[in-house]
Amino acid sequence: MNWQWLSDNSADIRSWFLAHLYLAGVSTVLGLVLSLPLGMIAYRFRWTYPPLINLAGILYTIPSIALFVLLPGLIGTSFLSPLNVIIALTLYTLALLVRVVADALRAVPEDVRLSAQAMGYRPLASLLRVQLPMAIPVIGAGLRVAAVSNVSLVAVGTLIGVQQLGQLFTRGLALSNYGAFYTPIWAGIVLSIVIAVAFDLLILLGIRLASPWQRVSR
Amino acid sequence: MSARPRNLAGVITFEQVSKRYPDGTLAVDGLSLEIPDGATTVLVGPSGCGKTTSLRMINRMIDPSHGRILIDGKDITSEPAPLLRRGIGYVIQNAGLFPNRTVLGNIATVPLLVGMSKRAARARASELLERVGLAPELGKRYPAQLSGGQQQRVGVARALAADPPILLMDEPFSAVDPVVRTELQDELLRLQHELGKTVVFVTHDIDEAVKLGDRLAIMAVGGRLAQFGTPAEVLEAPADDFVAAFVGRDRGYRALSFASADALPVHPEPTVKLGEPLRGNGWLLVVDDTDAPRGWVNADEHPAGQPVRQQDLRLGGTLLAPGGSVRTALDAALSSPSGRGVAVDAAGKVRGTLRPGDVFGAAERAATSGSTEAYYDEKQLTATEHAELTAAEQGADRLSKDGR
Ligand SMILES: Nc1ncnc2c1ncn2[C@@H]1O[C@H](COP(=O)(O)OP(=O)(O)OP(=O)(O)O)[C@@H](O)[C@H]1O
Ligand SMILES: [Mg+2]
Repeated sequence: MNWQWLSDNSADIRSWFLAHLYLAGVSTVLGLVLSLPLGMIAYRFRWTYPPLINLAGILYTIPSIALFVLLPGLIGTSFLSPLNVIIALTLYTLALLVRVVADALRAVPEDVRLSAQAMGYRPLASLLRVQLPMAIPVIGAGLRVAAVSNVSLVAVGTLIGVQQLGQLFTRGLALSNYGAFYTPIWAGIVLSIVIAVAFDLLILLGIRLASPWQRVSR
Repeated sequence: MSARPRNLAGVITFEQVSKRYPDGTLAVDGLSLEIPDGATTVLVGPSGCGKTTSLRMINRMIDPSHGRILIDGKDITSEPAPLLRRGIGYVIQNAGLFPNRTVLGNIATVPLLVGMSKRAARARASELLERVGLAPELGKRYPAQLSGGQQQRVGVARALAADPPILLMDEPFSAVDPVVRTELQDELLRLQHELGKTVVFVTHDIDEAVKLGDRLAIMAVGGRLAQFGTPAEVLEAPADDFVAAFVGRDRGYRALSFASADALPVHPEPTVKLGEPLRGNGWLLVVDDTDAPRGWVNADEHPAGQPVRQQDLRLGGTLLAPGGSVRTALDAALSSPSGRGVAVDAAGKVRGTLRPGDVFGAAERAATSGSTEAYYDEKQLTATEHAELTAAEQGADRLSKDGR
């Protein structure tokens, strides 16, 4: 570890760290927010489930680098804009979570759903106030996967010039031309892990707060 | 809970109602039925005969293919289904509680839906918790922290929370053990006595049906109504072979439930107190300090003059309380090692014993004369009428003499 190099570049590292946090965080949140209504549609109107889930599956298999490069041509964003990263990762999150949301809603026991109906909930109210709260632990588990994968995918944005912790890896590569210099690479890995763990803990906390019934002892 | 006006309490009318499912199954076939208000009507029949389908058509969870259903003369399709359902309590087999809400949260569901304030709904929920016999501290628990029987009580409390005139119950007690089931049945009888709702209860257990129902609707496979009548009518005069087979071989014995045992002579029975020295011979009835029966001891096998200990007792046996039936009296006699059935008063003190000969005589008379009127008189009282009766001294007397 070359501490001198780290302190010389601390201003850059800090701004990359914050940018990384922002890009991964915003796309995770946007993906979640969009996946909820879509997942509910896939659950509520059964015929929409197969097309939506298949579409999501295809979207998810497109390599991220291809999406980063294609997006400007498709939607007219500027080529180096961080927006491309946000949109691409939002789509990945969405693709992953649509299915999780729909399946989690489906997993709510039949008799709970029927008693909500029998109590006099309208269909949408039942979905939002009975099924959805019960699906939170499962959706949360899917969200943890999406968040952590977003943290690592953001780094790929380096290839289209978006500033974030991925810069540390190209920097490390460049500086290793005349002999191994791994300091930037280690710094990039450690800081990525810090972000991923922070997201994970935050989501776990959210799940616990939103579903207190899950940890009651019998 | 205030008593409802008698004239608007939820008469449910099925007019030529049929239900054919999309796959072609005819679940209910031309059902015409008037379910009286303020009483318990039990839909009973073998599995798959359309009980659940019929029940769910009442709150529009299932729509009939033909015919219509009226409540107090009004077509149930004349208001939006969610609004209709808020006025109809519904209890299912596994309670169907919301696992993510506390017990109080569950009970407060419908009051909140109908626009009651949070505070009022909570107060109402606490009141109901107590009403169904649960301790207040259970209110903060989640359903997973309750026993099956407790969950079922919460299910009943939740269904009653908005004071609906109608209560639909689909095999609510079939998933709990027999002891708890009996408790829950007794609790329902007590509640119904206080509230006088129109209860529609589904079961495939004829004993449960006879115990809880003021009316039985016996359904046959294919969704056909085979007989509609009081339990006594159904047991004494089954309408056809299907009903006769369904109510079973024990139906003569069951019918004894409708004959009051209050006229049976009660003979004085010498008793010995637990812990006191034994004197006499043959079977002796042992009581505790409050004169409540504890069991029988055989003096011939017990060293004379020695105190009677708990472990010397033959325990168990049915007791005949005031208002008991000939069926209970018969069981009291048959379950007693001495052959003498123990009769107790309302406080549980020993009154004396019944002679087997008297009991068999009463059983024979009940079987031949069909002495069921006393049973109807009491069961058909509405909550209001019951209150009036209880207020009048002589009414209370009559109840305890004629009771079931
Ligand atoms: N959604 C459905 N689609 C097709 N057929 C159905 C459906 N629901 C019930 N049935 C059929 O309709 C008939 C009546 O069903 P229902 O559930 O009303 O019976 P049940 O008397 O409540 O039976 P159980 O005592 O077993 O609960 C059965 O033959 C059943 O298989
Ligand atoms: Mg059923």
